[in-house]
Amino acid sequence: MQISRAGEYGVLGLINLPAFYNATVLDHFLNPRNVGDVPEPEAIGLAGEPNCGDAMRLSLRIQNGKILDARFRTVGCGAAIASSSMATELIKGRSVEQARQFSNQEIVAALGGLPPAKIQCSVLAGQALRAALEDYEKRHPGAAAPRTECAPQKPAPRRRRQG
Amino acid sequence: MRQVYLDHQSATPVLPEVLEAMQPFFAQAYGNPSSLHRHGLLARDALDKARAKMAAFINAESPEEIIFTSDGTESSNLAIQGAAAAYARDGNHIVISATEHPAVIASVQLLEARGFACTRVPVDAAGAVDPAGVRSAFTDKTILVAVHHVNHEIGAIEPVREIGAAARERGIAFYVDAEAGAGWLPVDARDWGASLLSFSPHRFYGPKGVGVLYQNRRARLAAILRGGGQENGRRAGVENVPAIVGAGVAAEIAGRELAQRAAHCARLQRRLWDGLRARVPRLKLNGPEPGPGRHPATLNLSAEFIEGEAQLLLCDMHGIAVASGSSCVSRSRQVSHVLAAIGLDPALARGNIIMSLGRDNTGEDVDYVIETFPKIVSKLRALSPAWEGQPG
Repeated sequence: MQISRAGEYGVLGLINLPAFYNATVLDHFLNPRNVGDVPEPEAIGLAGEPNCGDAMRLSLRIQNGKILDARFRTVGCGAAIASSSMATELIKGRSVEQARQFSNQEIVAALGGLPPAKIQCSVLAGQALRAALEDYEKRHPGAAAPRTECAPQKPAPRRRRQG
Repeated sequence: MRQVYLDHQSATPVLPEVLEAMQPFFAQAYGNPSSLHRHGLLARDALDKARAKMAAFINAESPEEIIFTSDGTESSNLAIQGAAAAYARDGNHIVISATEHPAVIASVQLLEARGFACTRVPVDAAGAVDPAGVRSAFTDKTILVAVHHVNHEIGAIEPVREIGAAARERGIAFYVDAEAGAGWLPVDARDWGASLLSFSPHRFYGPKGVGVLYQNRRARLAAILRGGGQENGRRAGVENVPAIVGAGVAAEIAGRELAQRAAHCARLQRRLWDGLRARVPRLKLNGPEPGPGRHPATLNLSAEFIEGEAQLLLCDMHGIAVASGSSCVSRSRQVSHVLAAIGLDPALARGNIIMSLGRDNTGEDVDYVIETFPKIVSKLRALSPAWEGQPG
């Protein structure tokens, strides 16, 4: 018997495959940037539950109040890993001041969106960054205290949304 | 890229014979089985034949004991809620195992909100229910006991025959959810002493959209769906004739091929588990060892230090379709109630995936997974802060 085409999905549904994550998310999941640990880091941030849940460790190299390098290790779902990777890309080159304003909304936007149920998985990276900045503050008291002089805030790099 | 489908517990391909049998019932024999003209009578005849095949498939006494529903979830809702309503004047206590399917658990929770009481009998570390534990949970108010034939996640085969005997002694109705095992293992409603028993042909090469609920002729059941008199008033609504016809053929073929299918899958299951176990350190098999206590086609695995969905995604990228019992639907990771019930460490529950084999899988498929999966685990462990410093 002739088996009909599976309509818009093509034979076997393997053409025009619908994806759970968009291409940017998948790229950051499959080829995560900045994996590992910064040697002799100025700051380390831990977030999540390393023994049973999703968890992230972020290490930063900071000089003159600027984040020169960021590396991560994450255990978690695709969205958690992609968000970690994107977060390190976004914060590299920013000042500690700017990094304080960082939120996971920025990660989600830079990733071109996450499935609604997965937005929460991007929170981990924001938490790890906050923990790292607290660690930095502890190790370098006053070094990154809020200053009154207004350095012009560099806007977050805008990325084209991908569907 | 090789495509290896290892999610047969979620869905199976419809067999060509099944599809062929269904085809005329869309555009040619489209009558409503309740109609009295020739179109209706033809559809009615097709339903009767499918009903007889289902009765034979599970060793029911009579085709009248077969109710067609829309799927396993509906069958479980009807069995639990329908039996509770029908036996309500005899008592208000229900006994289930701790690892039942969510359709059973949610139905019981609904009844609890309406004044019923429920005892959840624990399972051992391999997922087995102790019949003595079930027996000791019975009270004078117990009207229904529900224990599944095979667990849908970890493949543990339950002692349904012993539990059926215990229920019969006390005159308590016994519902067996046989969804995970039917089509892969023999199902015998009479031998098990089941009052109610359900299975779904989409899990064994039939179409989706049809479920089967067996009701022993001496068991009582109140309808949930009300309306017309279909299915002897036990389930109103126009029957899904094409799917029911296909389901009948799928059951007939499954009955014929059962031993061969189970032996084929069990061989591949053993090869897959041995291969993965040898190549992936810190990998745990959840549920019973392959053998007589386990579903012949499923493996439920936990890779330590990594997470399930990430494994599933990478498997998919390599053409391997698997399921995961781990999900992050809320901020904290949701551990499946089955894995919690067997006392699995949350660190292992996090890395849970489920592979279920089928009749068309080959030794080459299994070898491809044995070769590919360890790379996936290594890639994710290299990312994991938890893995760091571990040997291997």
